[in-house]
Amino acid sequence: MTARGPVWLIVFMLVIGVGLILHRHLQYDVPLLPGESQTLWLVEARIDFVADGQPVRVEMARPTPQQALVPLQETGASPGYGLNFVEQPHARAVWTVREAQGPQTLFYRSEILVSPGQAAVTMPAPVLRQRQWPAPYANAIDDLLQRAHSTSADNFSFSRELLKLLAAPQPLQHVVLLKEKYGSDMALLIADMLQQAGIPAAVVYGLQLEDGRRNQTLMPLIQVWQGEHNEIFAVPGRAPKSLEPEQLLIWNPGGQPVLDVMGARHSNIRFSMIRQQDAAYGALSEQLSGQYDLFNFSIHALPIEEQAVFKTILLLPIGALIVCILRILVGLRTSGTFMPVLIALAFMQTSLVTGLIGFILVVGAGLLVRSYLSNLNLLLVARITAVILSVIAIVGVFSVLAYKLGLTEGLKITLFPMIILSWTIERMSILWEEEGAREVVVQGGGSLLTAVLAYLAMSHVWIQHLTFNFLGLQFVVLALVLMIGSYSGYRLLELRRFREFAN
Amino acid sequence: MLRRWQAIRQRGILGMNRRNREYIGRYNDRALYPLVDNKLRTKQLAERFDIPTPKLLHTVTTQHDVYQLHQYLPQGEGFVIKPVKGSGGKGIVVVDRVEGDVFIKASGARMTLTDLRRHVSNTLSGLHSLGGSPDSAIIEQRVIADSVVQAYGYEGLPDIRVIVCCGFPVMAMTRLPTRESDGKANLHQGAIGVGLDMASGQAISAVQHGQPVILHPDTGKALEALQVPGWSDLLTFAATCYDMTGLGYLGVDLVIDEQRGPLLLELNARPGLAIQVANQTGLLPRLRAAERRRQEALRWSPARRVEMAQETFAHSSKASSPEDSSVI
Repeated sequence: MTARGPVWLIVFMLVIGVGLILHRHLQYDVPLLPGESQTLWLVEARIDFVADGQPVRVEMARPTPQQALVPLQETGASPGYGLNFVEQPHARAVWTVREAQGPQTLFYRSEILVSPGQAAVTMPAPVLRQRQWPAPYANAIDDLLQRAHSTSADNFSFSRELLKLLAAPQPLQHVVLLKEKYGSDMALLIADMLQQAGIPAAVVYGLQLEDGRRNQTLMPLIQVWQGEHNEIFAVPGRAPKSLEPEQLLIWNPGGQPVLDVMGARHSNIRFSMIRQQDAAYGALSEQLSGQYDLFNFSIHALPIEEQAVFKTILLLPIGALIVCILRILVGLRTSGTFMPVLIALAFMQTSLVTGLIGFILVVGAGLLVRSYLSNLNLLLVARITAVILSVIAIVGVFSVLAYKLGLTEGLKITLFPMIILSWTIERMSILWEEEGAREVVVQGGGSLLTAVLAYLAMSHVWIQHLTFNFLGLQFVVLALVLMIGSYSGYRLLELRRFREFAN
Repeated sequence: MLRRWQAIRQRGILGMNRRNREYIGRYNDRALYPLVDNKLRTKQLAERFDIPTPKLLHTVTTQHDVYQLHQYLPQGEGFVIKPVKGSGGKGIVVVDRVEGDVFIKASGARMTLTDLRRHVSNTLSGLHSLGGSPDSAIIEQRVIADSVVQAYGYEGLPDIRVIVCCGFPVMAMTRLPTRESDGKANLHQGAIGVGLDMASGQAISAVQHGQPVILHPDTGKALEALQVPGWSDLLTFAATCYDMTGLGYLGVDLVIDEQRGPLLLELNARPGLAIQVANQTGLLPRLRAAERRRQEALRWSPARRVEMAQETFAHSSKASSPEDSSVI
């Protein structure tokens, strides 16, 4: 390539990249800073079932406005099915078809706006029902309800007291008895017990909102009424990560069945979701115009499940750019060129400190195992396979240990790419034998430093916002990489290496 | 920081990025790499160009051969096992002498036949080869260095690295093993690099770990007295390697055998930058001088190119003066 070649290419890439970014910013009001925006969750439900060749009717509850969360726009994808959004008596989506055969998939997608100002919604309490329990259990329940009653003032405090009794670390004998019999459906038991005490309650299902999650299921929760006001309580043993109204979408307020399928078997519902930082009006107008525009070519046209994947993929070039900068401009040595990016990706799942400690533990223990293996005189491929097995064993042992010690963070080291780790261990071990421990520390340290910097860049909210919302940024990154690749000046560390010559 | 940058640039120091882009990238065609990355091919090629190399005793290509390894080893004398596709001296075992069942390395370490077999087996699996691809191992006669040079080495073989640019030898150094480098001639492991005058093969300056040294730390000999014998022949062999491989930026590693004189050990298409530190001189002015004559180089014989190089790049010559480095 001539010296001119890259210059024009770089300019071309920059113009395209900046042009796309500006177009998206000006035409579609996508903000350049995440702070200017409101958070929007795109939640997608996927219903799978097997049809028998008969008419099929699928009814699903739809989320309605609730505290801090407002559904904005909902759509369904269902080739060949009639789809209706019913509001009365309850908000439901109804798919119908005259005849269907074999595995079927229906999609429902809703945009949920996070608006902290949205107050809790009042709704009428369900009618009280009384359930009959056999003899020993009925007595146990009565006793528990008595205790809860005596230490509470209203419906909400009653519920809290009852849940406290059920969740006690040293439970009463009654609780043990009930758990043995009804433990498989604690949510229903609690709701029924509350009803027994004259408190309107229902089992509702909620979705934990976490960015980029796929294949999620709903969690049972207890909704309790006091007049028209109501509150959500977690079920002991199945508490969601957060009960914050902003992070917990109640899918079926009031306790209507989530999914009701007629004419088919093996029905199943899964959820995926993704967080977007969009100007709410920009997102709305984009949806409402509904026109396919070549210049508005974006990841947002994909199903949410794929979008979640792309959210990570689009960050990879940023990590690779960091590697380019550190190796070419700084002159850092790493073990394996892009291995640090993969480690950084693992850090994004585990959080930085857990990841670093986990990485050092696993590689350190792996090096010990590897030094033993080198005595066994194994062939190379078999030896690396043995290292892979050892790494898995080490990760397993550390996970169990961490769990026993109550460090749930420790479980996250299972997210490390095992094969990459094994190669790292093998390389470092050979490096140790041939070049000495110093080189292992230099290259290992270089790799970790690169991984940490790549992690810091890739987990930055602003960078995540930019990469996901502006595909043009990829052209800018490409232009930067071309520029770095054309650099033939000294590396930063070479100034130190050749310092003798400066005197 | 900027001042240091300018000072280093003023001295004509070649950096890694410039080496990769403007020399390796420009003058070394990828398709030619196998000629230098494969020691067996280098050896065969050298033979055709009348460049002497250490005598080849056997090539081990299959794991089956490994079990019969003892049959291929010379009786009672030293030998060297090398990976065919190894680089940077990785995977090379030098056996100094054999006592019964025990193989004694130059460093004094002892190996059994099982150790040797494991080493060869690892080599075949690609442990020492570039990119980990399957490999072969060669067994060579051990070189006994000329006493003049060997006097400076400690428990290892001193070798001579010549950088050849566009057919002109531009800079040279000899690498002396030390106790610290474990008999290996690798500078970053603590071997001493001694810059050599292109005109005469006489030592100019010596460094260990990037710091100037006067005496060899183990043998105590004054390094500046070192003079490589057969210098012009050695440079001519190095220059011929350009015609042999077609690579325009080449590191040529040679040794001086006590009986056969200069022998070609291996070629390197990505020679390192430490030679500049050993010579206390930047490569860039010399490389540019060589590049300016690259058209002539195609017509000139290796001997003619060496003559020009010895004249132009002599230690006292002006070619390495800072004025030349202003040519960008």
